[in-house]
Amino acid sequence: MGFDEIALVWREEEREHGGMAKVVVTVIPKPSVLDPQGAATAEAMKHSGLTGVGRVRVGKSIEIEFDEAPDRAKLEEVARDLLSNPVIEDYRIEG
Amino acid sequence: MKVAVIRFPGSNCDQDCVLALRSFEGVEADFVWHKDTSLEGFDALVLPGGFSYGDYLRCGAIARFSPIMAAVKTFAAAGGPVIGICNGFQILCEAGLLPGALVRNKGLHFICEHVDVRVERSGANFTSAGMTGGILRIPVAHGEGCYFADEETLRQLRANDQIVLRYCDEQGRTTAAANPNGSCDNIAGITNKARNVFGLMPHPERACDALLGSTDGRVIFESLIHGN
Repeated sequence: MGFDEIALVWREEEREHGGMAKVVVTVIPKPSVLDPQGAATAEAMKHSGLTGVGRVRVGKSIEIEFDEAPDRAKLEEVARDLLSNPVIEDYRIEG
Repeated sequence: MKVAVIRFPGSNCDQDCVLALRSFEGVEADFVWHKDTSLEGFDALVLPGGFSYGDYLRCGAIARFSPIMAAVKTFAAAGGPVIGICNGFQILCEAGLLPGALVRNKGLHFICEHVDVRVERSGANFTSAGMTGGILRIPVAHGEGCYFADEETLRQLRANDQIVLRYCDEQGRTTAAANPNGSCDNIAGITNKARNVFGLMPHPERACDALLGSTDGRVIFESLIHGN
């Protein structure tokens, strides 16, 4: 499947699942933690001609669909203890 | 002594660990599946290396929720000796049984080579068969072996003599060049405060037979057997 087709499937799925709560948890390395992926990516962006690139950190984004409104306290706990590791990462919940 | 080697889906050093442990006189070693819930009858635990749950999310992040981990925590809290090797070390950190975390190697490469580590504390339960300042040549094989902890945690690790192994050169100097993965303070292995839980990135089970190039790993298992 090409990218356009995948995007189409996604859009259809979104229509089908319309009305459901969707939450995105973003997990990012803490500023104090060495992020070699971020450093390598920053270099590659500079080589690609993008100017003004400063520090880059690479994290992950976790998209969660809910059938009902999520339990916020439990979601917070899962984001803190499972989706991220508080020793090395920060997280934020959107949606 | 009867040692349990915990098998998670994706563990791949479990057989090597059992084989190495069984080579010591008087030692029985057996596999325990991660879905089991009892460690009855075992005197020591080994969490072996590998890629539990495909390293999804973070190394060890999902394994620490395995059913057996409740029994592992109880066993550790009662003072039972626990060794986590490589992915086992990562699982122990994720489970909160050891402080800090293991993150992507500084150089981004997966490293698979023999390294030298210096025994920082021969009195520790897991290195009693070695000499303080002695150098062990043991292989590492990891992509996420860079030990990280905040300054306060590092200060406590030093103050409590919890740092057991540090990467060093052939002369035993813990230089930046001898640090294969960017670990804080050249840390290769630490214990918890009670000294009964030990995590290390090098693989002692791969250095228990002269055919494999080194027998220095036997020091770790000998200490486990005779020091506990």
